[in-house]
Amino acid sequence: MNKILVGLIVGLILGAIDGATAWFTPEVRPAIAGIMVGSSIKGMIVGLLSGWYARRVESTRKGISLGAALGLLFAFLVALMQHAHYLAIMLPGFVTGAIIGFLTQRTGSAKRLAEQ
Amino acid sequence: MDVSDSVIDHLRHVAALPDLAGTRYELESEIGRGGMGVVYAARDRQLDRRVALKVLDSALAGEAQLIARLEHPAIVPIYETGTLPDGRAFYAMKLVAGARLDRHLAEAASLGERLRVIRRIGEALAFAHARGVIHRDLKPQNVMVGEFGEVYVMDWGVDAIAGTPAFRAPDARLDRRSDIYALGALLQFVLPPSAPPALRAIAAKAMRSDPAARYADASALLADIERFQEGLAVQAWSEPLWHRLRRFASRNAVLLWLLAAYAGVKFLLFFLRNL
Repeated sequence: MNKILVGLIVGLILGAIDGATAWFTPEVRPAIAGIMVGSSIKGMIVGLLSGWYARRVESTRKGISLGAALGLLFAFLVALMQHAHYLAIMLPGFVTGAIIGFLTQRTGSAKRLAEQ
Repeated sequence: MDVSDSVIDHLRHVAALPDLAGTRYELESEIGRGGMGVVYAARDRQLDRRVALKVLDSALAGEAQLIARLEHPAIVPIYETGTLPDGRAFYAMKLVAGARLDRHLAEAASLGERLRVIRRIGEALAFAHARGVIHRDLKPQNVMVGEFGEVYVMDWGVDAIAGTPAFRAPDARLDRRSDIYALGALLQFVLPPSAPPALRAIAAKAMRSDPAARYADASALLADIERFQEGLAVQAWSEPLWHRLRRFASRNAVLLWLLAAYAGVKFLLFFLRNL
C-alpha cells in the first residue's frame, strides 16, 4: 500500500480515537462528534504529509520527529481557534503525530504508483 | 645417526613433492592435506601470481570438472587442470588468504558474523544443489574466511569421500539432504553456548535423522535463519507464548513506547484536570 494512503488511513483512525477520548472530559462531551471529525481531519493532514515525507526520506527517527512536529503544529492551530485547552489538545496531538510518523515510515510502499 | 635420519626424512619429503616440470607452476609450500590429495601454494610463472595447487592422489580430475561448473562468489574458482608427469591429476585455483572457519570463529565471535558465514555457505550449497552438485564433506576445515570477510566453501566432494563423522548425515546414500544435515551441524558448531533456542531448533531440524524431516533445501534453512534475524518466528520452533510476546515487544519497541507515551499523556491530563 502506498505510504500516503497509509498515512491517510492511520491519521483518520488515530485522529478519530484521539478525538473520542474527549468523551472523558464532561464539559466538551456534547460536542464530541465535531471534535472527532476535526481531530480525524487533523490526523489525515498529518498522515498525508508524513506519508509524502516517508516516500522521500527513509528514516524512522526523522519520520517520528516530523510527525510529532506536524501533530504539535496542527494541534496548536486547533487550540488557537478555540482559545482554550492548549495543553489538552497539543500534548496528545504531539504524540499522535509521532505515532503517525512512525507508522508511515515502517509500513507501506515507498514506490510511486507509476513505478509499481 | 640423527643426521642420516634427518637426511632420509628430507629425501622422503622431497620425493613426495609433485614434479611440476612441464607446467607453468613453481612449488612454494604445502598448505594442507585432504582425503583426495594435497594442496600446495605455488607461483604461476606466466601470470606472476600465487595460486593454490591441488594434486590429487589419483588420475581422476572429476573433482576439478565438478567445481569448474560452479561459478559462485563463495566457491573457489578453478584456473586450470592438468596432469603431472607421474600421471596424477592437478588443478590450480585461487589462493585464498584467510583463516579456516574454526580458526576464524576463535577471533570473530559475534553471533551476527557467525550467521553471516553460515548464510554464505548455505547460498553456495543452494547454488551447487541447483546444478546437481553435492558437497559430501562440509565441515569447518573446508570453509575459508578471507581477510575481507569473503567466505569460500572448499573441497567439493567426489564419490570416494564419505564425509567427516561429526558432520556426516546417518544416511545410507548421500544426497542434497545429507548436505543439509552437514549445514545444520555446521550451524550448531558455530553457535555460542548462549545462542537463542530458535537457532538451536533450526540446527536440530536440519540434523534430523530422517532426511524427509529436514529442510527440503538449503534455501529453506537460510529463510528460517533470515526470519530469526528479522525478529520473526522460525518454522523449526513452536515458541512458547511468553517468548512470542517478548519477541513482539522487542520487534515493536518504538511503537509500544509511543503508545505508552500517549497513554501517559492522557493520564497526566486527567490528573491535572481533577487536581
